[in-house]
Amino acid sequence: MRKDRAAYLFLLPWLVGILFTVGPFVVSLYLAFTDYNLLTPPHWSGLANVREMIGDVHLHQSLKVTFIYTLVSVPLSLGAALAVAMVLHRGVRGLAVYRSIYYLPSLLGSSVAIVMLWRYLFGYQGVVNQFLGRLGIQGPGWTSDPHFALSTLILLHVWTFGAPMVIFLAGLKQIPAMYYEAAAMDGASGWRQFRSVTLPLLSPIIFFNLVQSMIASFQTFTQGYVMSGGTGGPAESTLFSNLYLYQKGFGELDMGYASSLAWLLLIIIAGFTAVNFLAARYWVFYEN
Amino acid sequence: MTLTLSRLVAARREKLPRRVRWLRHLGLTAVGALMMYPLIWLVSSSLKSSNTVFTDEGLWPHAWAPGNYPRGWTSLPESFDVYLINSLIIVTLSIAGNLMSCSLAAYAFARLRFTGRRLFFALMLGTMMLPGHVLTIPRYVLFDKLGWLNTYYPLLVPHFLATNGFYIFLMVQFMRSLPTELDDAARIDGCGPFRTFWKVIMPLCLPAFATTAIFTFIAVWNEFFEPLLYLTDPQLYTVPLALRQFMDSEGQSQWGEMFAMSFVSLAPVIGFFIAGQKYLVKGIATTGLR
Repeated sequence: MRKDRAAYLFLLPWLVGILFTVGPFVVSLYLAFTDYNLLTPPHWSGLANVREMIGDVHLHQSLKVTFIYTLVSVPLSLGAALAVAMVLHRGVRGLAVYRSIYYLPSLLGSSVAIVMLWRYLFGYQGVVNQFLGRLGIQGPGWTSDPHFALSTLILLHVWTFGAPMVIFLAGLKQIPAMYYEAAAMDGASGWRQFRSVTLPLLSPIIFFNLVQSMIASFQTFTQGYVMSGGTGGPAESTLFSNLYLYQKGFGELDMGYASSLAWLLLIIIAGFTAVNFLAARYWVFYEN
Repeated sequence: MTLTLSRLVAARREKLPRRVRWLRHLGLTAVGALMMYPLIWLVSSSLKSSNTVFTDEGLWPHAWAPGNYPRGWTSLPESFDVYLINSLIIVTLSIAGNLMSCSLAAYAFARLRFTGRRLFFALMLGTMMLPGHVLTIPRYVLFDKLGWLNTYYPLLVPHFLATNGFYIFLMVQFMRSLPTELDDAARIDGCGPFRTFWKVIMPLCLPAFATTAIFTFIAVWNEFFEPLLYLTDPQLYTVPLALRQFMDSEGQSQWGEMFAMSFVSLAPVIGFFIAGQKYLVKGIATTGLR
């Protein structure tokens, strides 16, 4: 059909691009079951990679780091985003200025410059410890102590709450004032209005942010790499899954194993996303 | 009744007691200051000499050391303008690629009827959710086989193939908001789909293009993982790769120089943010994405 031909011409770059996505997707699944070092052709190894993963303590550590990071930093940053959005939404003079100040960090948070800066803010003699020192507290070596290194990166994530905040602000604006009027007429207090009007009507947007943030944070790389100079240290406390994948695939050229790591992480992300969608039935409210 | 009530609600929202309003401003300003503190500290430290960065505790430097900037500029294997130009080339071409390939695809999805449209659109949305790390290794192998390591092709070609569904989605949303009467009028005047796209839709989509350009700028400018994989020749380094070299040479403790160049690397993003705020905020608000 002529009409189809014109449409496919428009889609041509995208159609080539989709091959460029689907192709590697399939190939990586194949590589996950091989032994491959880039120099010699891939060698089918069956479930050897899976068996190796079961006993790989570095992998287990990297999953632990990634889980803790995601499960702590995502709720914290979304909570902060929602709280600040609620305050700003009630109409503040200078709203645009506040919004800009809170939003800017989310554009910079994953840059090498900021992660390097973080390293020095939280360094043993960094600003944070200087401040604690004035209060008479001897702060730990935030970035050199395995107990604290990940928490500084969680704080960095929270620092970027501005992006979801802007989305929440847009969502809050769309809630019709008449719902609040009706609630006020029934004598609902501010907290009650938040629970019974704001939260249900905002829940699709909260849900969307939750899914997106979790998928993104499971794939964190730069923060761990720059904070530790590529090692995932101290004592593997910032060894994110993707950093471990990088070390295996591109440090040791163990690309078969790295591919199985990639698929493991994909399955984990898909699993968490599926749980999110299932749980959504109970708390996400759609008007129609 | 409704009128008085809505006035009541409005009054509740706008006319809080003066004390509460002041407290709110105080809280918001305190949080804002905390958010800005790391950036202000960075600028302040970039103007202190390396051996006083951690001893001179005030934000206002005791002794100014603007020399960090020229010294930092030349203290890496290549002069810093080489890295800036490399990044600028990659960013400019990435923006051009994204605008062309994504607007073409978006027009087809938003306005044309064709076989497989629903399937392709679902596939496009699926790729948006797909974690990119699954594609890393096969793509690396492919680019290696093509002899593209240490070239900019691996960083640029994907942008010309509309591989980032986010921008397509953003443009589709925007195009759908334009009245279809425009297309009908163009058709009656004898325009085919290409002329309609070029003469009617494109000019109206400039706000969506601005959003795409700014998002692409910030994402590509900050991108660290892909250049790390594909570029090993220091002459080809982008700004983030260049900055990392300061950490490798940490023994020499060039902190002042490092902070100076860090600020140079952030300045374009901050500049674009200030110039393009309107489009950024609209962009993430309309798609609900980042």
